[in-house]
Amino acid sequence: MHELSLCEAIAATVTKHAGERTAAGVVVRIGHFRQVVPDALSFCWTMLTEGTDLKGCALEIEQVPAVVRCNACGSETTLDVPIMICGACEGDDVTLVSGEEFQVVSLDLSEV
Amino acid sequence: MGRFHRHDDGTTHEDHDHDVSHAHDLGDHSGYTATATSRVSVLEDIFSENDRIAGENRRDFARHGVRTVNLMSSPGAGKTTLLKRTLAQLAATKRIGILEGDIATSIDADQLEGYGAAVALVNTAAGFGGECHLDAVMVRSGLQRLPLADLELLIIENVGNLVCPAEFNVGEHAKAMVYAVTEGEEKPLKYPVMFRAVDTVVVNKVDLLPHLDFDLDLFLSNLHDVNPTATVIQASARTGAGVDEWCAWLVGQSEA
Repeated sequence: MHELSLCEAIAATVTKHAGERTAAGVVVRIGHFRQVVPDALSFCWTMLTEGTDLKGCALEIEQVPAVVRCNACGSETTLDVPIMICGACEGDDVTLVSGEEFQVVSLDLSEV
Repeated sequence: MGRFHRHDDGTTHEDHDHDVSHAHDLGDHSGYTATATSRVSVLEDIFSENDRIAGENRRDFARHGVRTVNLMSSPGAGKTTLLKRTLAQLAATKRIGILEGDIATSIDADQLEGYGAAVALVNTAAGFGGECHLDAVMVRSGLQRLPLADLELLIIENVGNLVCPAEFNVGEHAKAMVYAVTEGEEKPLKYPVMFRAVDTVVVNKVDLLPHLDFDLDLFLSNLHDVNPTATVIQASARTGAGVDEWCAWLVGQSEA
């Protein structure tokens, strides 16, 4: 739903770091617990960049699994659904170690 | 002219045949399909600009001694009705401001007039057909229309939506949500970002429970699974049940 806003934020980050150079691609990292639909993000990206200096800049999405570490037994569990429970001991004292990422990782910039 | 570029085979030579690009030299570089690129590490949070503005909002709140609660929910859960009750109860003793976010219309903002609170409206329809949330920039623009120096508590009534508002920090001190028992027990599992983001969940419309198949214990269990520390307040904005507890939580926030 808010993918267009996110694309605007990504575009602003790309423009800021690209400076005078042309961005051929941008890599973003998105955690599993973020409510982002990759296809929707790609669609919005194409629509938003069309007709701008970022036209043709390829959006690459790295998806990061949601992982919790148990504070009781130390096990790490990859979660599909956001039920914060250790897969080994079923304790609920867990810390999220990945899954909420939302970053621009890198840019492919033309050499000038 | 005289521009050099590198082809995929590694050769480098003077630009000679990309006439299309020359016709649009300032903007359209699509003629340079074989231009070499280098990968540059950025590692910047996508929300960094939003969070920077949220920080400015937060500093303004601190300067004026205002505590701020970001109130969210799906459409129709009862935020505005709860706020009417809240203002009726608290506006005499607390200097309250309301920042009302809606895609369009001033209907909700109009309903909150006359209770002695300062109300400012932010319509988000300036975006692509209406933004589905308030971000820090929109809140910042609304703050200019509120007498922050005169306020103790600011309640931001976000756009009705269980997804997007949870992603955007606006500089608030606490997040709360109104959830209506008519929405179904599974919502914490389906909208985990929202239910995980909030400090308090007002479970609204409990006066309807006798008429529903709703399983309150299952809902509370689902909520606990995604957010074990949330404060839960059972309420009915219609009858006034639970409004005291909600107001006490708000007062606690304003004096934190």
